[in-house]
Amino acid sequence: MSGVRAFLPLFLFAVLLAWLGVALTKGDPRTLTSNLIDEPFPAFELSSLDDPAEILSEAILEDQISLVNVFGSWCTACVQEHPNLMEIAKMERVNLIGLNWRDTRAKGRAWLDKYRDPYVQVIFDADSELAIALGVTGAPETYVVDKSGNIRYKHVGIITGDVWRRDLEPLISKLETGE
Amino acid sequence: MKRGFVIIAMVLALLWGGQAAAQDMPPPAISEAEVESRARDVGRALRCVVCQNQSIEESDASLAEDMRGLVRARIRQGDSNEDVIEYMQSRYGDFVLLEPPVQSNTYILWAAPFLILLLALLWFWRASKRQLSRPE
Repeated sequence: MSGVRAFLPLFLFAVLLAWLGVALTKGDPRTLTSNLIDEPFPAFELSSLDDPAEILSEAILEDQISLVNVFGSWCTACVQEHPNLMEIAKMERVNLIGLNWRDTRAKGRAWLDKYRDPYVQVIFDADSELAIALGVTGAPETYVVDKSGNIRYKHVGIITGDVWRRDLEPLISKLETGE
Repeated sequence: MKRGFVIIAMVLALLWGGQAAAQDMPPPAISEAEVESRARDVGRALRCVVCQNQSIEESDASLAEDMRGLVRARIRQGDSNEDVIEYMQSRYGDFVLLEPPVQSNTYILWAAPFLILLLALLWFWRASKRQLSRPE
């Protein structure tokens, strides 16, 4: 009896260890899942990158499948992602919208001139107005928006060829067939 | 008689005008000092989402800076502190709250210290009773 008892603390410790081992290693706490999945894309009124007088709103997402891609001229990972966005733009399957985040107009435009511009339209968001409404934590970050204007998916980080084939393309195909 | 009508009409017009003006009154202005002190309270409760363990008030990150700006703008617009925190939570999830909310997935977290205290007291009580009941 007392023999078994002596091992009780050790046993409890082992249970605790196992529990923490599982709970603390499952998933990276830095990748926050979006709270906005299946929610409408937040309403916004921001100017376009090239024309301070041209006001863009969520209406630019109407009736088409859109990818909203967060980028900035300061973002080094965006340079890596960029060739893939050019490829996606060439396919003409989605309405590719840029969200130029925390940038200046001059720098944002110069960056797009240097690497070429894959976007149908570019929203200029210097003060994180739309970025915070979207729950953006960094760039690049990409949102898939369906024809009725609901956010269906959020990808944090670079859209690599793998990400496109595995996550984005199948979802877009599904949305195209009217799911 | 005619003059009476004119006066009444004028009085009515004045009253009417006064009412219209009252309807157009902006919400009571809140002083910048109050905005600042409330924004700090709110900011201390919100986590900087890119630096993980600082509040947005403490952080130098550019996103935290913009979040501080948004907190102030919303308070100026007449949001309560809770409204602002709720908005941020709706965008960034529970993670943005520095103090975890008491809800189903945090019951263990909140109850654990009290459970451990209770267990320790129980153990202490039993141990001391054993000692007392030991024959001389």
